[in-house]
Amino acid sequence: MTKATAAIVGSGNIGTDLMYKLLRSDIIEPRWMIGVDPDSPGLKRAADHGLTASAEGVDWLLSNGQPDLVFEATSAYVHRENAPRYRQLGIQAVDLTPAAIGPAVVPAVNLGAHVDELNVSLITCGGQATIPIVYAVSRVVPVEYAEIVASVASPSAGPGTRANIDEFTKATARGLETIGGAERGKAIIILNPAEPPMLMQDTIFCAIPPDADRDAITASVKQIAADVAAYVPGYRLRTEPQFDDPTTMSGAGASKHWARVAVFVEVEGAGDFLPPYSGNLDIMTAAATRVGEGFATRILAERA
Amino acid sequence: MSYSAELDVRVTDSSLRDGSHAIRHQFTVENVRTIVASLDEAGVPVIEVTHGDGLGGSSFNYGFSAVPDQDLIATAVATAKQAKIAFLMLPGLGITDDIRQAADNGAAVCRIATHCTEADISIQHFKVARSIGLETVGFLMMAHSQPPEVLAKQARIMADAGAQCVYVVDSAGSLIMDGVSDRIAALVAALGDDAQVGFHGHENLGLGVANSILAARAGAKQIDGSTRRFGAGAGNTPVEAFAAVTERLGIKTGIDTLKIIDAAEDVVSPVLTNPPALDRLSLTMGYAGVYSSFLKHAEIQARKYGVSGAEILIEAGRRKLVGGQEDQLIEIAVGLAKRK
Repeated sequence: MTKATAAIVGSGNIGTDLMYKLLRSDIIEPRWMIGVDPDSPGLKRAADHGLTASAEGVDWLLSNGQPDLVFEATSAYVHRENAPRYRQLGIQAVDLTPAAIGPAVVPAVNLGAHVDELNVSLITCGGQATIPIVYAVSRVVPVEYAEIVASVASPSAGPGTRANIDEFTKATARGLETIGGAERGKAIIILNPAEPPMLMQDTIFCAIPPDADRDAITASVKQIAADVAAYVPGYRLRTEPQFDDPTTMSGAGASKHWARVAVFVEVEGAGDFLPPYSGNLDIMTAAATRVGEGFATRILAERA
Repeated sequence: MSYSAELDVRVTDSSLRDGSHAIRHQFTVENVRTIVASLDEAGVPVIEVTHGDGLGGSSFNYGFSAVPDQDLIATAVATAKQAKIAFLMLPGLGITDDIRQAADNGAAVCRIATHCTEADISIQHFKVARSIGLETVGFLMMAHSQPPEVLAKQARIMADAGAQCVYVVDSAGSLIMDGVSDRIAALVAALGDDAQVGFHGHENLGLGVANSILAARAGAKQIDGSTRRFGAGAGNTPVEAFAAVTERLGIKTGIDTLKIIDAAEDVVSPVLTNPPALDRLSLTMGYAGVYSSFLKHAEIQARKYGVSGAEILIEAGRRKLVGGQEDQLIEIAVGLAKRK
């Protein structure tokens, strides 16, 4: 069977982990690994796995090949430079940086609506882990407010995240609203340096009406967790969803008191290249793979 | 070397911030007005006003504020005649927009807190705070969990980013005497003239005042306390006791001891419906090295799931939870209930 061809731009940890996932795909062939540093171990590793590796950047890629797909794992700044060039050539780009140029995609929720897009954004790791749960609640009852707490092991939070932590919380909060379906979203990220490193853990709180059908919410949450686990095998609920009745302090403002559901998830990485505790990075590369396969399915169907 | 010509050490009263934990973030405008007025009158130079978890702390995870932080800050600014108003923010939880808004409301001192190994997430916030003319203070939380040399390196990151003072923050109330002196001395040596050093204590092992005196002797120029111990866990170093002790020792704080004793008794105490106590749970926190703000959350989950609050806290210590991970206490309580 023919496969859609792909280039990975950015030969760091994320790009390398993504390569291992794409190498297992039935419908994507990762053919190019593009970096900017000839000494990058990621380029060497890619060459060892049969990819064409170049340290001459996107200029080289676009004059030496025409991939169907590009996965960009550089930085927001670099992706903003590159995105118009991919677009001009009709190459579909999956953006793993925080650049947020194209529509935000969470595969378990809205991939189907975006398989024709030339550029999609994967938001943040916290967004990939928590937005599906908010969506699962909001498809059962209206969610006036959703709040997530993402706890990440310190060694798996890179310099980009650390220098721009406001962007993480803002982008994730926006995703809780636009894709999750909450009227208002808030995101919190905590870095924990414990040794051995903790798995990525996320808690999702949703404000729900006091008379909400709690069994229906639980069933919806379990369904979406299974949907995510289909492409992120280490994604799981840590315990049953927990419900709280309204109290005089459970709301923003003196008059509004919310009932609440709390959902606890953890993400264990597949350990393709990054260590298993880096579930926050694994869920990004796994989501990117799933989005790429959605694109590839459409491309191959058009070719058939 | 002193804080200034007039003061040997500068005290920041945190009753209206750390104390927010003790009343589950239900401060009213009136509480802020009366407490700020009395502390200001007693000569307290800096008064911190914010949700216990800083700007943006009002949430399901930490508890919703009865009144928005920014309204309380504006009230404090309008009330204080001589005291500067400070606020706290935690990167990852609050954002730089919150800092700008607090500055617009007249706050003068921006205190930015991270877990004591994660100082580099605060760089963007210090830069913004300095660029808009705020005085800046860095908070290295859970300072008991790291040795002096690690803290000193993290303090250097904050100072380079623009912190004018970096605090050793004993969030768990777990530091004991020499443990404070060694950490303060390491920061003083590392920061030199680039930034001052401060100490924020808790009473979970009953050592708030003693630890703070040792901090001052080791070179700390800024010390936190809360009137009537109004803070998380067993509360903070009581400012009125610290004022009395420093006066007897000849350390100048600018605080009128008799006036702060009156403020504590007549103004702050009536607001404290459920005063922080050195009881089983708060002592457990100091003993096990657990973040003091977890106390009320552990009590609530213990009640809801019919499990032991002390066991929740000990498990939190075993998992090495850091400040901000209150959500995990729920999952711990569910687990304990299942095992029963």
